[in-house]
Amino acid sequence: MAVLIDLVLLAMLAITALRVIFLKDLFAVVMLFGIYSLLSALIFINLDAVDVAFTEAAVGAGISTVLMLSTLALTGRTEKESRRSSVLPLLVVVATGAALIYGTLDMPPFGAADNPIHQHVAPRYIEESPKEVGMPNMVTSVLASYRGFDTFGETVVVFAAAIGVLSLLGVARRREEDGAPDSGLKESDLKESGFKGHKVLRVVAKLIIPLTILFALYVQFHGDFGPGGGFQAGVIVAAAFILYALVFSLSHALRVVSPKFLQVLASLGVLLYASVGIYSMLKGGNFLDYNKLAADPLAGQHYGIIIIELGVGITVFAVMLNIFYAFASQVERSNIK
Amino acid sequence: MLVLDIVSSILLFAGVFFGLTGAVGLFRFPDFFTRVHAASITDSIAVILIISGLLLQTAFDLNTAKLLFILLFLMITSPTASHALAKSARHGGLLTLGESKQQKQQMQQKEAGQ
Amino acid sequence: MSYVLDYYNYWIVVFLMMAGFYIVISANNLVKKIVGLNIFQTSVFMLYITMGKVSGGTAPILAEGVTQYSNPLPHVLILTAIVVGVATTAVGLSLIVRIKRAYGTVEENEFENKDDAI
Repeated sequence: MAVLIDLVLLAMLAITALRVIFLKDLFAVVMLFGIYSLLSALIFINLDAVDVAFTEAAVGAGISTVLMLSTLALTGRTEKESRRSSVLPLLVVVATGAALIYGTLDMPPFGAADNPIHQHVAPRYIEESPKEVGMPNMVTSVLASYRGFDTFGETVVVFAAAIGVLSLLGVARRREEDGAPDSGLKESDLKESGFKGHKVLRVVAKLIIPLTILFALYVQFHGDFGPGGGFQAGVIVAAAFILYALVFSLSHALRVVSPKFLQVLASLGVLLYASVGIYSMLKGGNFLDYNKLAADPLAGQHYGIIIIELGVGITVFAVMLNIFYAFASQVERSNIK
Repeated sequence: MLVLDIVSSILLFAGVFFGLTGAVGLFRFPDFFTRVHAASITDSIAVILIISGLLLQTAFDLNTAKLLFILLFLMITSPTASHALAKSARHGGLLTLGESKQQKQQMQQKEAGQ
Repeated sequence: MSYVLDYYNYWIVVFLMMAGFYIVISANNLVKKIVGLNIFQTSVFMLYITMGKVSGGTAPILAEGVTQYSNPLPHVLILTAIVVGVATTAVGLSLIVRIKRAYGTVEENEFENKDDAI
């Protein structure tokens, strides 16, 4: 039965990707990409990857789609006709595809328990993780403890992306801080955006946003026992504030959570992660050696994982919201012109 | 236990049927607003039937509470999404099928009268 | 038949990869190229997760009475890859916004040879 679900979902994914190639309306392309993300999240659940499905649904169908839509608001909705012939790309693609399929014929069959990938490191993690780390979710224990250094690098990459986007786009500053007006942007103009007349949306948003943030806190701290963790939680809180900015106008959102605060918060998250590593070095162990954080190694692992997941969640939230602010204030600026 | 299984499978089949009619309506309805209505059928009645069918499959434990919460949040947010879609289309000036036919008739009368 | 079932996942992944690749090299509009890149990335994720699946296993969360777990290692790698992918997409999209501001268009054949002009 699971095999049938697998087959059908993969076929739907292939049809979606095929349709994206031939569409000229970019809005429809972005929506199809959202569907593609959600379908892959379903396939990931079917393949027992629940953490990955959670992250893909939140990040791919959430943040990526929102950012692409704000770019489309600035660059235009349709793709123009291209006068180039598509024979050469088609030949390249067919040749590469044929070579890759020839390569997959050598791969071990899908799902067999004695595949080479299940042999060396994975059985050690599965067997030793309850004794060395002691948490039910083995993905979190590998992510945060055994491979904690890679996760540190990932957090820094997210932070670097925020720096890149901010240096390219900049963020609208609050009116009180500016001396001279910035390209004629007025406070009253900023108030025009947002769904002022939409009572249903405002009431439902007021209901849903606090519950979303509560759920994100649950996901953050429950990542040790079930699917969840810092990344998903950070993205969900960012999504709650993006909803606030969309329904109640960007200027209100900028006043509630200002971009400067978010920049400080992003750096604080990375620093929190690094300080756990430095503290464990000061206690006599290696960098990010959680065994030294408390008297009992298992309790030390638990403290270390909770604190670094908090750092990751804080950084991801601050970065995602900051990137959204950068894109949205570009849209505001071009709307006013 | 067999009665619960039969009732839950009836509910699941009914939910799937409504989901299918919503999808067929999305293709076949002539106008944007009627298509939004067809899509929102999937949001409301299909979700209620499918989750009720799943509720009957759980033993009375944490999963029951989780499914009830999911049902509550879906019933709050999905009709709001359809409402937001229809309202922004209206705000952007999209006319219903009857109104656009009326507009075409009026333009034809004006041209015939000139 | 069992041969097809063994390799069906990999072949669909290769098809998705090639679809994304085709969009990247042949689309004229830059936003569509970024969508193609994301399709390519997600198909690579699917390859890793497919390799990590064990038939008859469950999700790698310790539970009572479960003997066979799916491999948690590819899941960890893909979690990192998804987040890095969205970071790359965000920077790429902001580059597109700046290109639009500098050249006035995001269609590749319209600004291809304009670099000397600026």
